[in-house]
Amino acid sequence: MTNFQPETGGFFARDREMHPPAYTPWYKTSVLRSPQRALISLEGTKSEITGPVFGHNMLNELDNDLILNYAKPGEMPIGQRILVHGRVLDERGGGVPGALVEFWQANAGGRYRHKKETYLAPLDPNFGGVGRTITDENGYYWFKTIKPGPYPWPNGVNDWRPAHIHFSIFGHGFAQRLITQMYFEGDPLIWMCPIVKTIPDEEAIKRLVAPLDMNNTIPHDMRAYKFDIVLRGRRSTLFENRKEGN
Amino acid sequence: MVQPLGYLKESASQTAGPYVHIGCTPNFSGIEGVFETDLGSGPLYNDKTKGERITVRGFVIDGSGTPLKDALIEIWQADADGLYNSPSETRGSADPNFLGWGRTPGDMSTGEFVFETIKPGKVPFKGGRWMAPHITFWVVARGINIGLQTRMYFPEEEEANAADPVLGRIEHRVRVPTLIAKKDGNTYTFNINLQGENETVFFDI
Ligand SMILES: [Fe+2]
Repeated sequence: MTNFQPETGGFFARDREMHPPAYTPWYKTSVLRSPQRALISLEGTKSEITGPVFGHNMLNELDNDLILNYAKPGEMPIGQRILVHGRVLDERGGGVPGALVEFWQANAGGRYRHKKETYLAPLDPNFGGVGRTITDENGYYWFKTIKPGPYPWPNGVNDWRPAHIHFSIFGHGFAQRLITQMYFEGDPLIWMCPIVKTIPDEEAIKRLVAPLDMNNTIPHDMRAYKFDIVLRGRRSTLFENRKEGN
Repeated sequence: MVQPLGYLKESASQTAGPYVHIGCTPNFSGIEGVFETDLGSGPLYNDKTKGERITVRGFVIDGSGTPLKDALIEIWQADADGLYNSPSETRGSADPNFLGWGRTPGDMSTGEFVFETIKPGKVPFKGGRWMAPHITFWVVARGINIGLQTRMYFPEEEEANAADPVLGRIEHRVRVPTLIAKKDGNTYTFNINLQGENETVFFDI
């Protein structure tokens, strides 16, 4: 079981000028799926500052190994072997222990294993493209995978997604819920991508680009990319006269 | 010069994309054998859970009136006594047979989502006020750049809804009904309209 201290403060307000707005017409699907009215702003209540706990006991050994978790016995997927690792932090700078991190991606050729996927690149019979893990007491996580390929997608006539891994992160409060994508250092497609460009802040984009981390390669096996994820920070309740709920 | 505050910035959101189901409900997406079950699937209750069994169903609907067939919906709610099963719950222990969290994709052909859960109790707000029973929703999909948060309230709770401090914050009162489900027996229908005249109220919370 996790043993982090119960935290009861509300979360810092979200910086909506750094996140993508809902309506981004160059990413065409957003046009009919973007709320047009102002969000109603509220200080977090019990319903948002709380969240479920996911225990490490729900994980299987290969949940964080995309190289092996779908492969036939004795086989492996084709592609560049990589380790992705980093920490889940919050805006106060500390690690978030017990965070559920889920990830999914295309195979080395840029093809997803999904019924609705139509790209002509082939499936890899040994690659599912899904994994998950839970951060340790310091907020640290890692997984092994194959570097995904870029792929074309129907938006403009010649739009390509840069190589990326999708991440879903579940911290301690439901208000911290976040889905984002990790990109790879040096990929020229990043700065051409309509989905990347939904983010209005260049620094915020750079924070989604994982650098090659040669200090954490596994020699003669795989290179490493380091990707830290930051969730909303929580206000301290130290200064309050009376603990909420007491 | 002053000392830097040193806070980090939250990672920017990106759309969940068309294949969110691979990552969050892989068995549903056809990837079997990696995880035994899809996390958050199935009824939120078991035989021992306290509270009234209910079904919550609905569609996420785009600005053309078309239901989304690729959305992922999560809910988070209190137990029958209004306690959250969370370390941040300081008022006591929630029902150990109720996690209060569920996740489901919309049906691949119709888009409909269904949760089998229990009716939550009321939850305290600050200043001695109470929030009416409600279920918190979080919706992601292709074309949604940042997860949308909203709440479902119960139509039979007229008095509690009228006193609810969150509903009370909604300046345009004509929009309040977008957060109140329709009841038919134990089934509640809660459609989420992304746009249009009946655009659902979404929160920055
Ligand atoms: Fe993708």
